[in-house]
Amino acid sequence: MSRVRAMAAALAVLGAASAHAVDPEDRLPDPAQEARAREISKDLRCLVCAGQTVDESNAPVARALRKMVRDRIAAGDDDEEVLDAVAERYGDYALLKPRFNAENLVLWVGPFLVLALGAWGAVRFVRANAALPAEPAPLTDEERQRLKDIADA
Amino acid sequence: MTVELGHYALVLAFVVAIVQSASGLWGAHARSPHAMSLAGPAAIAQGALVTLAFLMLMNAYLASDFSVANVYNNSHSAKPVIYKIAGVWGNHEGSMLLWIVMLGVLGGLVATVDRHLPPTLRARVLGVQGLISVAFLAFCLFTSNPFERMDPAPVDGRDLNPLLQDPGLAFHPPFLYLGIVGFSVAFSFGVAALLESRVDPAWARWVRPWTLVAWTSLTLGIGMGSWWAYYELGWGGFWFWDPVENASLIPWLAGTALLHSAAVVEKRDTLKAWTILMAIAAFTSSVLGTFVVRSGLLTSVHAFANDPARGTLLLILCVLMTGGALTLYALRANALKPGGGFHATSRETALVVNNVLLSALLFAVAIGTFWPIFAEVFFGDRVSVGAPYYNRIAVPLTVLLAIAMSFGMQLPWKRASLRAAARRLRAAVAVTVAAMAATFWLAGKAKALSMLGVGMGVWIVMGAALDVALRLKIGAAGPGEILRRAGGLPRSAWGAAIAHGGLGLLIIGIVGTTVWVSERVEVMRPGEAVEIAGYTLTYEKLEQREVANYQTEIGTFAVSRDGRRIGELTPERRWYPVAEMATTEAAIRLRPLEDIYVVLGDPRDAGPEARVVRAYHHPLVSLLWGGALVMVLGGVVSLTDGRYRVGAPARKRAPAATGDAVAAE
Repeated sequence: MSRVRAMAAALAVLGAASAHAVDPEDRLPDPAQEARAREISKDLRCLVCAGQTVDESNAPVARALRKMVRDRIAAGDDDEEVLDAVAERYGDYALLKPRFNAENLVLWVGPFLVLALGAWGAVRFVRANAALPAEPAPLTDEERQRLKDIADA
Repeated sequence: MTVELGHYALVLAFVVAIVQSASGLWGAHARSPHAMSLAGPAAIAQGALVTLAFLMLMNAYLASDFSVANVYNNSHSAKPVIYKIAGVWGNHEGSMLLWIVMLGVLGGLVATVDRHLPPTLRARVLGVQGLISVAFLAFCLFTSNPFERMDPAPVDGRDLNPLLQDPGLAFHPPFLYLGIVGFSVAFSFGVAALLESRVDPAWARWVRPWTLVAWTSLTLGIGMGSWWAYYELGWGGFWFWDPVENASLIPWLAGTALLHSAAVVEKRDTLKAWTILMAIAAFTSSVLGTFVVRSGLLTSVHAFANDPARGTLLLILCVLMTGGALTLYALRANALKPGGGFHATSRETALVVNNVLLSALLFAVAIGTFWPIFAEVFFGDRVSVGAPYYNRIAVPLTVLLAIAMSFGMQLPWKRASLRAAARRLRAAVAVTVAAMAATFWLAGKAKALSMLGVGMGVWIVMGAALDVALRLKIGAAGPGEILRRAGGLPRSAWGAAIAHGGLGLLIIGIVGTTVWVSERVEVMRPGEAVEIAGYTLTYEKLEQREVANYQTEIGTFAVSRDGRRIGELTPERRWYPVAEMATTEAAIRLRPLEDIYVVLGDPRDAGPEARVVRAYHHPLVSLLWGGALVMVLGGVVSLTDGRYRVGAPARKRAPAATGDAVAAE
């Protein structure tokens, strides 16, 4: 929802206007290509806004990126090539889906590593418990007395 | 005068909290009944004092006392009364005060309700709760005093951020806060249990209602925030994986894990150390969330009045609290010996699996939220982590979770049979497969994703429904027997089934609103029409109006189907002159199966009243909010379980015994 702040910033620049995303005038004539452009725009960050996607933002740079994406698609690039071209010009910061590379390994593999570690821990825990008697230890005298107090209350 | 009274009350609360914390912790350590007996009254007094301070600030807002800097900065005399009240927590200082009120009042409630606790445990719980209050009261008094005066007093205020002038704001933060602050009680109980070196089923029972209150409120708070984003922000989205949204999701995941693992402690006296860890995680991640929001470390709309100096202090608080709790945990966790054993195929194992999956999900959300900071600090690179990342990680984990959910409910405690569980789930499998097949036929686009989502949702709903049906012997017993069983079924079992069902509905709603959504964006002039999902939207007229503290232009759109007019939508664009901000108010036609959503956009050259119009058709989105509400209902039903009202045990003694027997069956 940081887009709100971004929106406020955009409004300050553009005067009073509410946010809107894809300008009808920008659209590609081919619906399939336009749909691809929309999907790609959703994976790109508007660079001057806080957390808004290029698809939603009203900022000039977002509009420029929308145009760049559409030009590339019209020129015959596939989705990956478009993303690479954007990253080349604007840096990885523009990609809302971080690249799968050595630097971002923890990000991509981490959750599944936690899952594997958790599974390992769970197996150990379950094994250890399967060896225990099913019934818990009998109550101590103190607990018995407390139980009696509660029951008599 | 009342403002100074509020300020004094806050200072006094700080002193009383020190007494509460010292008498509780030291008293329990020294086994001094006199010292320990002070903790309860101190906690109640502290709760009363912070409430008084809060009421005094609210009074300053209602009276538009602009000599108070906080009121001047966030209010305006022309603002409607409801936003004068909500404005109290629509800013940094006021929201910190609300946080403190929740903390203090919860401490006071623990002191009032949990009188039967063993004296040292009670003293330690109140002591730890008091210590948290001391920290936050100090933070509030020394860095974020809401009662600061201005001289000379300005004539009028600067108004509240217009985006926050919305009924959604009035109630979203209090529930969210009750949720995240509510986990402080579980935290206090966890730390107190470590100090006592003792965790047992009784402990789990005492913590349960508090955890449930927090979980239920947090679920409601997140749901309201999501609903607010849906209709106020004008993108038709409901969740943006914004750092601050994530900051509330992380404690929710930890709290959900805690609820499930605490059930194992309660029923089987095992999984103790892990449960304590979850109790610590739920609250420390809440504090971390507050830190993230307040520091402006991660940019977000919620970062009103963020200030790095305050952020640093909160970070120190957060590190001390987490570090202290984890150190204690490392020292004491090994002393917690497991009680009863269980077979590898059992409810216990299913709940362990639930916790492993939730932890992986929690890790994904946390690492995604903080990765941009790590990458910048360690690699000097600026990277972004957005929805495409979260969706890719969260979907597979949620699928596993969904499968485990319905299976787990069919596994009895101690020793279960997978084959028997699978046999009982035959109906759920059949309905799920049928629903997926129907989806394959009906879904126009993204068939695979639609089938996966619908399959998950239906499987969870069916699993929950089947759980209740089997327990009530529906289909095998007569109506009288079913009714008798329905009455005898513990409320906690009803609550669990309802909450699970709610999640299933929510998942189906997500599929509807994200996968099956239709969208039109057009430049329209009055008289023109667009088609969307079989409906015709006709732009009829545009009006300008002056209302309270804003100016607005309202578009009127006729909704028609097959040439017949069936409704009208009036989206607005507002301009708040004092705050110099514009907002969009989407108009939504809410129906059980589909929403039509219209947003009025910028002017265009095509004509004086030409506007960019965005229209959406969101099928099944009501299931999203409805599902969240059903989850909340599950929490509420579970809370009414008489077995957990240990305060009045005599009347409930007999049913409690049978209730346990039913649950253990």
